Amino acid sequence: MATKRVPALEGFFREEDDGTARLLGGRCVKCGASFFPMQWSFCRNPVCEGAPLDEVELSHTGRLWSFADNQFSPPPPYPQADPFVPYGVAAVELTAERMVVLGQLASGTDTKTLSVGVEMELVVEPLYETAEEIRTVWKWKVADKS
Amino acid sequence: MSAEQDVVVLGTGMHPWGKWGRNFAEYGVVAARAALQDARVAWSDIDYLAAGNTMRNGYPGYVAGSTFAQALGWQGIPVSSSFAACASGAVALEAARVRILSGKADVALVVGADTAPKGFFGPLPGERPEDPDWLRFHLLGATNPTYFALYARRRMELYGSTEKDFAAVKIKNSRHGVANPYARYRKEFSADEIAESPIVADPLRLVDICATSDGAASVVLASADYAARLSDRSRHVRIAAISTVTPKYPNTYLDMPDIATDSAVGSDVPELGFRDSIAHAAYEESGFGPEDLSCAEVYDLSTALELDWYENIGLCAPGEAESLLHSGATTLGGKIPVNASGGLASFGEAIPAQAIAQVCELATQMRGEAGDRQVENAQVGLSVNQGLFGHGSCVIVTR
Ligand SMILES: [Zn+2]
Repeated sequence: MATKRVPALEGFFREEDDGTARLLGGRCVKCGASFFPMQWSFCRNPVCEGAPLDEVELSHTGRLWSFADNQFSPPPPYPQADPFVPYGVAAVELTAERMVVLGQLASGTDTKTLSVGVEMELVVEPLYETAEEIRTVWKWKVADKS
Repeated sequence: MSAEQDVVVLGTGMHPWGKWGRNFAEYGVVAARAALQDARVAWSDIDYLAAGNTMRNGYPGYVAGSTFAQALGWQGIPVSSSFAACASGAVALEAARVRILSGKADVALVVGADTAPKGFFGPLPGERPEDPDWLRFHLLGATNPTYFALYARRRMELYGSTEKDFAAVKIKNSRHGVANPYARYRKEFSADEIAESPIVADPLRLVDICATSDGAASVVLASADYAARLSDRSRHVRIAAISTVTPKYPNTYLDMPDIATDSAVGSDVPELGFRDSIAHAAYEESGFGPEDLSCAEVYDLSTALELDWYENIGLCAPGEAESLLHSGATTLGGKIPVNASGGLASFGEAIPAQAIAQVCELATQMRGEAGDRQVENAQVGLSVNQGLFGHGSCVIVTR
């Protein structure tokens, strides 16, 4: 069985030792706006005229903006489990960056207990497995109250 | 803009929506010939052709303008092929209108047609992590219905909307669609049937979400001068505005297919959100306002999204769409019928044809030729839609 955890795609997030996630984004040296993913090497704020971005780690907590619970299997390139496992998707507003970032809901999250405004945090969980590796992705989990 | 600068809709044509399993160009040609016949204009008289592209039908779909020109029989005229996702049809209409208003064409043909794949739309093939559309499917399984569900849930949490409200939209639109010969689904849904429909992306059920369809729509547009020279002008209607706006930075409302919004740090958030800005631009251009509308065609990708549109086009204040719906105002016979055509609920989406189909419906309503789904004394109609990757689309049609 595979035990080595590797991000499903490089350059999007990093896993901390405690299993929490840090999103890898860009921050404009001029206006301070953040971008995720970085996508391009420059700021998209029109007044910044293409100012460069610093590579930064974004906040790993925020407030729930909305959520959905998928009950139908999506098309490729979603790495499909067989049989299909339903999954939630959350949109969370990062407080410091004032931007909404999507992620799947951590496994075991009961969407019936969620409501907009709840504090959420980023964790790393498996997305799919190959023979050698566990391919991981960032997910949103209701923040620990402690 | 004054009425002298309006372009005139001489004719409309559609191929019925469905899953017909034929090549998109065949549908497009049927719609185009119907529009030409309706306009009583010969294909050889057309001096510009503007088309909406389709992404899932190979190269001919990327050059739809020349595909249709070749299929109708080359005439040597210039063509354009536009892609703006669901807003492609509006961009094609605008290309034709601008050509006419600039004096470089007198009469133009606009066509959009699609052959849709089965099931959910997926991204184009290949592994492309730099493409937001590929990313959202691969890393998140965020399908189009996922986004629709996020918007719907947001509405429920903010305004207390319920599944019953969404079902009421479906009941209304499905009832309207029964009277439309071009609609794919001509069946009225009951609340019980809707409640039995499987959940696709909670809170939305299969019947809340629009299907993907084959279909085609076409219009013939002409300059006011050209139209004035025709002997029978009784069926002419005018295009008073076309809006094809994009968002203003920072766009802080989650927009398909992005996995994150812009950040509101470091700049002022625009006064109007992107969806609000779409109809706003058309109102500004035409001088009309929401109070002037006789009817509207809004992009009900989901039942819940129709409610958002009521607010985005100014029919009511945010949070009041449910009251407006339940008052009967947006049902045929009400003050401002919405989706008298049956909407996407009855059609399913044929992407490059859809914005043109909305204009066909408005033109039919303004002409008073909509039969059992006719809006009484229709004078001004508005269509609105939004294509992914930041494409707004809004057209105002008047008598
Ligand atoms: Zn900047």
